[in-house]
Amino acid sequence: MPEDPDSELVSRLRVGDEGAFAELAGKYQGTMMSMARGYVPSGAVAEEVVQDTWLGVLRGIDRFERRSSFRTWLFRILVNRAISAGVRERRSVPVDDMGPVVDASRFDAGGSWQVPPEPWADQVDDKMIAAKMAARILAAIDELPLQQREVVTLHDVQGLSSEEVCAILDISNVNQRVLLHRGRSKLRQVIASEFGSIR
Amino acid sequence: MTRLRLRPRQSLVCRQAVELVTDYLEGALSRTQRRRFEAHLARCPDCPEYLAQIRAVITLAGSITPDDLTPRMRGEFTGLYRRWRADEAHDPL
Repeated sequence: MPEDPDSELVSRLRVGDEGAFAELAGKYQGTMMSMARGYVPSGAVAEEVVQDTWLGVLRGIDRFERRSSFRTWLFRILVNRAISAGVRERRSVPVDDMGPVVDASRFDAGGSWQVPPEPWADQVDDKMIAAKMAARILAAIDELPLQQREVVTLHDVQGLSSEEVCAILDISNVNQRVLLHRGRSKLRQVIASEFGSIR
Repeated sequence: MTRLRLRPRQSLVCRQAVELVTDYLEGALSRTQRRRFEAHLARCPDCPEYLAQIRAVITLAGSITPDDLTPRMRGEFTGLYRRWRADEAHDPL
Protein backbone atom coordinates (compact mmCIF):
# COMPACT_ATOMS: atom_id res chain seq x y z
CA MET A 1 0.00 0.00 0.00
CA PRO A 2 1.34 3.46 -0.82
CA GLU A 3 2.27 5.77 2.00
CA ASP A 4 -0.75 7.39 3.65
CA PRO A 5 -0.48 11.13 2.91
CA ASP A 6 -2.15 11.87 6.25
CA SER A 7 0.13 9.66 8.26
CA GLU A 8 1.79 12.49 10.11
CA LEU A 9 -1.46 14.30 10.91
CA VAL A 10 -2.91 11.05 12.24
CA SER A 11 0.07 10.59 14.54
CA ARG A 12 -0.29 14.14 15.81
CA LEU A 13 -4.01 13.72 16.35
CA ARG A 14 -3.35 10.60 18.40
CA VAL A 15 -1.23 12.53 20.83
CA GLY A 16 -3.95 15.13 21.24
CA ASP A 17 -2.81 17.85 18.83
CA GLU A 18 -5.92 19.92 18.12
CA GLY A 19 -4.13 21.73 15.28
CA ALA A 20 -3.88 18.40 13.44
CA PHE A 21 -7.62 18.00 13.80
CA ALA A 22 -8.25 21.42 12.29
CA GLU A 23 -5.88 20.63 9.43
CA LEU A 24 -7.64 17.38 8.59
CA ALA A 25 -10.96 19.18 8.80
CA GLY A 26 -9.72 21.82 6.38
CA LYS A 27 -8.62 19.19 3.95
CA TYR A 28 -11.75 17.08 3.91
CA GLN A 29 -14.70 19.08 5.24
CA GLY A 30 -15.78 20.46 1.86
CA THR A 31 -15.69 17.08 0.13
CA MET A 32 -17.47 15.45 3.06
CA MET A 33 -20.25 18.02 3.00
CA SER A 34 -20.78 17.64 -0.71
CA MET A 35 -20.83 13.85 -0.43
CA ALA A 36 -23.16 13.81 2.56
CA ARG A 37 -25.65 16.01 0.74
CA GLY A 38 -26.08 13.31 -1.84
CA TYR A 39 -27.52 10.95 0.74
CA VAL A 40 -29.64 13.10 3.02
CA PRO A 41 -32.57 15.40 2.38
CA SER A 42 -31.15 18.69 3.65
CA GLY A 43 -27.98 20.64 4.22
CA ALA A 44 -28.71 20.70 7.94
CA VAL A 45 -28.83 16.89 8.12
CA ALA A 46 -25.65 16.71 6.03
CA GLU A 47 -23.92 18.97 8.55
CA GLU A 48 -25.02 16.67 11.36
CA VAL A 49 -23.72 13.63 9.50
CA VAL A 50 -20.37 15.31 8.90
CA GLN A 51 -20.05 16.47 12.49
CA ASP A 52 -21.00 13.01 13.68
CA THR A 53 -18.32 11.57 11.40
CA TRP A 54 -15.66 13.82 12.94
CA LEU A 55 -16.73 12.72 16.41
CA GLY A 56 -16.45 9.14 15.19
CA VAL A 57 -12.93 9.92 14.01
CA LEU A 58 -11.95 11.38 17.37
CA ARG A 59 -13.41 8.42 19.24
CA GLY A 60 -11.91 5.86 16.92
CA ILE A 61 -8.52 7.30 16.01
CA ASP A 62 -6.72 5.23 18.62
CA ARG A 63 -8.21 2.08 17.19
CA PHE A 64 -7.54 3.06 13.57
CA GLU A 65 -5.08 0.40 12.46
CA ARG A 66 -3.80 2.05 9.29
CA ARG A 67 -4.75 -0.95 7.22
CA SER A 68 -6.34 1.52 4.85
CA SER A 69 -5.42 5.14 4.33
CA PHE A 70 -6.89 7.59 6.82
CA ARG A 71 -9.00 9.19 4.10
CA THR A 72 -10.50 5.83 3.05
CA TRP A 73 -11.38 5.17 6.68
CA LEU A 74 -12.80 8.68 7.09
CA PHE A 75 -14.98 8.57 3.97
CA ARG A 76 -16.20 5.05 4.84
CA ILE A 77 -17.40 6.34 8.22
CA LEU A 78 -19.06 9.25 6.44
CA VAL A 79 -20.81 7.12 3.85
CA ASN A 80 -22.05 4.65 6.46
CA ARG A 81 -23.44 7.40 8.63
CA ALA A 82 -24.94 9.20 5.68
CA ILE A 83 -26.67 6.01 4.56
CA SER A 84 -28.08 5.46 8.06
CA ALA A 85 -29.31 9.05 8.19
CA GLY A 86 -30.44 9.21 4.61
CA VAL A 87 -33.59 8.44 2.80
CA ARG A 88 -31.98 6.60 -0.07
CA GLU A 89 -29.98 3.44 -0.26
CA ARG A 90 -27.50 4.17 -2.96
CA ARG A 91 -25.15 1.26 -3.09
CA SER A 92 -26.10 0.17 -6.55
CA VAL A 93 -24.99 2.09 -9.57
CA PRO A 94 -28.02 3.29 -11.45
CA VAL A 95 -27.64 3.46 -15.17
CA ASP A 96 -28.77 7.04 -15.31
CA ASP A 97 -27.31 8.07 -18.60
CA MET A 98 -25.62 5.59 -20.83
CA GLY A 99 -25.54 7.30 -24.20
CA PRO A 100 -22.26 8.04 -25.98
CA VAL A 101 -20.07 10.66 -24.29
CA VAL A 102 -19.66 12.62 -27.50
CA ASP A 103 -22.78 13.49 -29.44
CA ALA A 104 -23.28 11.01 -32.28
CA SER A 105 -23.89 13.83 -34.76
CA ARG A 106 -20.25 14.83 -34.49
CA PHE A 107 -19.19 11.63 -36.24
CA ASP A 108 -19.80 10.60 -39.83
CA ALA A 109 -21.38 7.32 -40.85
CA GLY A 110 -18.00 5.57 -40.63
CA GLY A 111 -17.43 6.80 -37.07
CA SER A 112 -14.77 9.41 -37.82
CA TRP A 113 -14.97 12.95 -36.55
CA GLN A 114 -17.16 15.09 -38.76
CA VAL A 115 -17.11 18.01 -36.33
CA PRO A 116 -13.77 17.50 -34.57
CA PRO A 117 -13.04 19.08 -31.19
CA GLU A 118 -11.84 22.67 -31.42
CA PRO A 119 -8.29 22.65 -30.06
CA TRP A 120 -7.71 24.29 -26.67
CA ALA A 121 -5.84 21.72 -24.55
CA ASP A 122 -2.48 23.51 -24.75
CA GLN A 123 -4.00 26.80 -23.61
CA VAL A 124 -4.48 25.29 -20.18
CA ASP A 125 -0.70 25.58 -19.72
CA ASP A 126 -1.28 29.29 -19.26
CA LYS A 127 -1.60 29.93 -15.51
CA MET A 128 -4.24 32.65 -15.81
CA ILE A 129 -6.40 30.56 -18.08
CA ALA A 130 -5.92 27.49 -15.90
CA ALA A 131 -7.06 29.38 -12.80
CA LYS A 132 -10.18 30.60 -14.57
CA MET A 133 -10.98 27.16 -15.94
CA ALA A 134 -10.35 25.45 -12.60
CA ALA A 135 -13.01 27.66 -11.07
CA ARG A 136 -15.35 26.71 -13.87
CA ILE A 137 -14.58 23.01 -13.32
CA LEU A 138 -15.37 23.30 -9.64
CA ALA A 139 -18.80 24.69 -10.45
CA ALA A 140 -19.34 22.06 -13.14
CA ILE A 141 -18.44 19.20 -10.80
CA ASP A 142 -21.21 20.40 -8.53
CA GLU A 143 -23.71 19.90 -11.31
CA LEU A 144 -22.72 16.36 -12.21
CA PRO A 145 -25.10 13.55 -11.32
CA LEU A 146 -24.40 12.46 -7.80
CA GLN A 147 -22.30 9.35 -8.30
CA GLN A 148 -20.21 10.92 -11.03
CA ARG A 149 -19.62 13.86 -8.72
CA GLU A 150 -18.49 11.56 -5.92
CA VAL A 151 -16.09 9.63 -8.09
CA VAL A 152 -14.64 12.69 -9.83
CA THR A 153 -14.24 14.53 -6.53
CA LEU A 154 -12.55 11.65 -4.75
CA HIS A 155 -10.39 10.49 -7.64
CA ASP A 156 -9.51 13.61 -9.62
CA VAL A 157 -9.86 16.43 -7.07
CA GLN A 158 -8.77 14.69 -3.87
CA GLY A 159 -6.39 12.38 -5.72
CA LEU A 160 -7.52 9.11 -4.15
CA SER A 161 -6.60 5.89 -5.93
CA SER A 162 -9.23 3.83 -7.74
CA GLU A 163 -8.95 1.20 -5.02
CA GLU A 164 -9.68 3.77 -2.34
CA VAL A 165 -12.64 5.17 -4.26
CA CYS A 166 -14.14 1.70 -4.79
CA ALA A 167 -13.73 0.83 -1.12
CA ILE A 168 -15.35 4.05 0.01
CA LEU A 169 -18.31 3.93 -2.33
CA ASP A 170 -18.62 0.15 -2.34
CA ILE A 171 -18.63 -0.06 -6.12
CA SER A 172 -16.68 -2.19 -8.58
CA ASN A 173 -13.68 -0.92 -10.46
CA VAL A 174 -15.61 -1.11 -13.71
CA ASN A 175 -18.45 0.98 -12.32
CA GLN A 176 -15.98 3.43 -10.96
CA ARG A 177 -14.42 3.89 -14.37
CA VAL A 178 -17.79 4.26 -16.07
CA LEU A 179 -18.72 7.03 -13.64
CA LEU A 180 -15.34 8.69 -14.04
CA HIS A 181 -15.58 8.48 -17.81
CA ARG A 182 -18.99 10.11 -17.94
CA GLY A 183 -18.11 12.73 -15.39
CA ARG A 184 -14.88 13.78 -17.09
CA SER A 185 -16.53 13.86 -20.50
CA LYS A 186 -19.15 16.28 -19.21
CA LEU A 187 -16.50 18.47 -17.65
CA ARG A 188 -14.66 18.50 -20.98
CA GLN A 189 -17.79 19.74 -22.69
CA VAL A 190 -18.21 22.53 -20.16
CA ILE A 191 -14.61 23.67 -20.61
CA ALA A 192 -14.87 23.34 -24.39
CA SER A 193 -17.88 25.63 -24.49
CA GLU A 194 -16.11 28.02 -22.15
CA PHE A 195 -13.22 28.24 -24.63
CA GLY A 196 -15.73 28.50 -27.46
CA SER A 197 -17.28 31.55 -25.86
CA ILE A 198 -13.99 33.42 -25.38
CA ARG A 199 -12.77 32.59 -28.85
CA MET B 1 -15.91 -28.77 -31.17
CA THR B 2 -14.45 -25.34 -30.91
CA ARG B 3 -13.45 -23.65 -34.05
CA LEU B 4 -10.56 -21.40 -33.69
CA ARG B 5 -11.60 -18.13 -35.14
CA LEU B 6 -9.13 -15.36 -35.55
CA ARG B 7 -10.74 -12.00 -35.21
CA PRO B 8 -9.93 -9.74 -38.09
CA ARG B 9 -7.64 -6.96 -37.02
CA GLN B 10 -10.18 -4.26 -36.81
CA SER B 11 -8.95 -0.78 -36.40
CA LEU B 12 -10.73 1.64 -34.14
CA VAL B 13 -12.78 4.52 -35.37
CA CYS B 14 -12.94 7.85 -33.53
CA ARG B 15 -16.41 7.18 -32.12
CA GLN B 16 -15.04 4.08 -30.38
CA ALA B 17 -11.75 5.68 -29.39
CA VAL B 18 -13.39 8.46 -27.36
CA GLU B 19 -15.20 5.83 -25.30
CA LEU B 20 -11.90 4.16 -24.40
CA VAL B 21 -10.12 7.26 -23.19
CA THR B 22 -10.74 6.73 -19.48
CA ASP B 23 -9.85 3.05 -19.55
CA TYR B 24 -6.69 4.03 -21.40
CA LEU B 25 -5.71 6.70 -18.90
CA GLU B 26 -6.54 4.45 -15.96
CA GLY B 27 -4.44 1.64 -17.36
CA ALA B 28 -7.45 -0.64 -17.71
CA LEU B 29 -7.05 -1.64 -21.34
CA SER B 30 -5.59 -5.00 -22.28
CA ARG B 31 -2.33 -4.89 -24.18
CA THR B 32 -4.05 -5.53 -27.48
CA GLN B 33 -6.67 -2.88 -26.80
CA ARG B 34 -4.03 -0.41 -25.79
CA ARG B 35 -2.04 -1.04 -28.95
CA ARG B 36 -5.11 -0.56 -31.07
CA PHE B 37 -5.95 2.64 -29.25
CA GLU B 38 -2.44 4.01 -29.68
CA ALA B 39 -2.36 2.98 -33.32
CA HIS B 40 -5.53 4.99 -33.82
CA LEU B 41 -4.04 8.01 -32.06
CA ALA B 42 -0.97 7.85 -34.24
CA ARG B 43 -2.91 8.25 -37.43
CA CYS B 44 -5.96 10.27 -36.34
CA PRO B 45 -5.69 14.06 -36.76
CA ASP B 46 -8.28 14.82 -34.06
CA CYS B 47 -8.37 12.18 -31.33
CA PRO B 48 -5.01 13.25 -29.81
CA GLU B 49 -6.56 16.66 -29.12
CA TYR B 50 -9.57 14.97 -27.54
CA LEU B 51 -7.30 12.91 -25.29
CA ALA B 52 -5.27 16.02 -24.42
CA GLN B 53 -8.47 17.80 -23.44
CA ILE B 54 -9.50 15.01 -21.10
CA ARG B 55 -6.01 15.12 -19.60
CA ALA B 56 -6.35 18.88 -19.20
CA VAL B 57 -9.66 18.37 -17.39
CA ILE B 58 -7.98 15.96 -14.97
CA THR B 59 -5.14 18.40 -14.37
CA LEU B 60 -7.60 21.24 -13.77
CA ALA B 61 -9.65 19.13 -11.36
CA GLY B 62 -6.48 18.17 -9.51
CA SER B 63 -5.46 21.80 -9.17
CA ILE B 64 -8.53 22.62 -7.11
CA THR B 65 -7.54 22.75 -3.50
CA PRO B 66 -10.35 22.30 -1.05
CA ASP B 67 -10.96 25.66 0.58
CA ASP B 68 -9.02 26.30 3.67
CA LEU B 69 -11.19 26.64 6.72
CA THR B 70 -12.43 30.12 7.40
CA PRO B 71 -11.37 31.41 10.83
CA ARG B 72 -14.94 30.88 12.02
CA MET B 73 -14.94 27.25 10.89
CA ARG B 74 -11.53 26.70 12.37
CA GLY B 75 -12.93 27.98 15.65
CA GLU B 76 -15.86 25.59 15.37
CA PHE B 77 -13.59 22.61 14.82
CA THR B 78 -11.36 23.56 17.69
CA GLY B 79 -14.50 23.92 19.80
CA LEU B 80 -15.74 20.50 18.70
CA TYR B 81 -12.39 18.99 19.57
CA ARG B 82 -12.29 20.58 23.02
CA ARG B 83 -15.86 19.57 23.82
CA TRP B 84 -15.02 16.03 22.85
CA ARG B 85 -11.93 16.05 25.06
CA ALA B 86 -13.98 17.38 27.95
CA ASP B 87 -16.71 14.72 27.48
CA GLU B 88 -14.06 12.08 27.16
CA ALA B 89 -12.54 13.13 30.48
CA HIS B 90 -15.95 12.91 32.21
CA ASP B 91 -17.02 9.76 30.54
CA PRO B 92 -14.08 7.57 29.63
CA LEU B 93 -14.82 4.42 27.67
